[in-house]
Amino acid sequence: MAQHRKRPWTFYVLASFFTLFVLFLYGPMLAIYILSFQGPTGGLTFPMNGVSLYWFTALFEQQRTGDFAGSFTRSILLALLVMICTVTFSVMAGLAFRRRFFGSTAIFYMAVASLVMPGLFLSLGIGLIFRVIDVPTNWFASALGAQLTWTLPFGLLIMFAVLSRFSRSYEEAARDLGATNRQTLQYVVLPILFPGLIAVALFGFTLSYDEFPRTLLTVGPGNTLPLEIYAMTTTVTSPALYALGTVTTVVSFVAIILSLGSIAIIQWRRGVRFRK
Amino acid sequence: MKVPSSVVPYLQVAPLALILLVFFGIPLVTVVVVSFFDYVNFQTVPAFLLYNYEEVFSSNLTVTLYLTMLKYSVIVWLITLFIGFWVSYFLVFHVQSLLWKIFFFLVCTVPFWTSNIIRMISWIPVLGRNGLVNQTLMNLGLIDEPYDFLLFSDFSVIVAYVHLFTLFMVVTLFNSMARIDPAILEAAVDAGASRWQVITQVVIPLSKTGIALGSIFVVTLVMGDFFVVKIMSGGQSSSAVYAMWNEISMLQYPSAAASAVILLIVVVLMVVAILRIVDVRKELSG
Repeated sequence: MAQHRKRPWTFYVLASFFTLFVLFLYGPMLAIYILSFQGPTGGLTFPMNGVSLYWFTALFEQQRTGDFAGSFTRSILLALLVMICTVTFSVMAGLAFRRRFFGSTAIFYMAVASLVMPGLFLSLGIGLIFRVIDVPTNWFASALGAQLTWTLPFGLLIMFAVLSRFSRSYEEAARDLGATNRQTLQYVVLPILFPGLIAVALFGFTLSYDEFPRTLLTVGPGNTLPLEIYAMTTTVTSPALYALGTVTTVVSFVAIILSLGSIAIIQWRRGVRFRK
Repeated sequence: MKVPSSVVPYLQVAPLALILLVFFGIPLVTVVVVSFFDYVNFQTVPAFLLYNYEEVFSSNLTVTLYLTMLKYSVIVWLITLFIGFWVSYFLVFHVQSLLWKIFFFLVCTVPFWTSNIIRMISWIPVLGRNGLVNQTLMNLGLIDEPYDFLLFSDFSVIVAYVHLFTLFMVVTLFNSMARIDPAILEAAVDAGASRWQVITQVVIPLSKTGIALGSIFVVTLVMGDFFVVKIMSGGQSSSAVYAMWNEISMLQYPSAAASAVILLIVVVLMVVAILRIVDVRKELSG
């Protein structure tokens, strides 16, 4: 390998490796999206017995597949809440971490520990606390907190990456020009960091929307969508399961496209403005 | 503003710190405390007993469980590291156009933002007895009977893990490699390094933060896994977390807490081992 100086040789090997990897990533997912359009008599595997939306309508008949509509709404609301909290708190914390302050190392390690903590451990702990203080677990209290222990460290790490490319001289310039702290934040820091904030929001939303172990013991009486899907894997043996997979993936893709699209538009506009 | 500037960082970090304290710190302590409690007549009773731990350690099942999980994490770690390294290397050093680079990177990360459970069960119609792989192999006349080892086996468990977690290696390694100044590689080549030497002596040392972070993600995710082993092994084997879940559903909180503490210790030891090799925070802020 060492002796081959010609670029194409290694390039093509790695390019085919990459292609295989992408196939490996997307192939199986495509299979279930296609299978979710099975005809009414179709089964869990190929071949397709006709094409229909039968299994999608089956999703909304509650008795057949569990509480799809309820868990879906709950998941979306929870994900939005988590997203808002994650963006706000991790941006604030990210700004704080630009200086070393007393306790910063401890908080950093707490965040890392929270990230690598087995999810069910926390679920159990939070569940136990709510039992002790005799408050019923609920998706907007205990589950929200549980999910934040997973999304906040993520947000913080992304903020580290975003802020490492952000020069303090912008802020200093703003202050030299007489801006107050608030104005500096509002008109200088946040607009520059905005694409990064969207990335944090995307992570907050999707990590919450897909969270499983931390939510398991903290969600209370109503399930979130991943818990519902998990229950379905053992009880539902029809393509309705795949239909659900397709629906949740569509939601994820909408979130992804919205965020990445807006980042792209912002960056493009900036490019245009700088060129003028 | 009236707030003195030395207080500002504390105010900024307070919400995050408070949430982590309440929903991470206190639950952590609670679980540790409860792991010493007694369990009498289906009730959890405050006490200080080592019984729960003795029970866990004396059971052969637990040992087998952890050995299985360790086996999975090592295999998955090796495979994801291999894939992650070459995919990132290709994206960073071989793809020239920035737009394509970003596009390919996004192609790798998009599945991360979609449901893990769905991605996992999507292997069932592919690997099953009547699945795509078996059908294709039979149509090609390569085999007469469908392979059974493809699904509900160690093989399918590892495939699912690799499928779910390779992204963490790709993202972290890509980040590290993208920060390497191309001039350094040119300098190495000018100094007479072969392509292979550039990789082993320049690229790998400079991407060790990414390797460390990716490894932490992959190892802790596999060790903390709840459902992949259970579903993809067809119920034959179980994960440490799933065993814990069984105890929880029987309301045996003290023994579940003891299992949780042991699992945590194992995970922390693995992370500490990785962090001892690479000081991640220094590399991140530096």
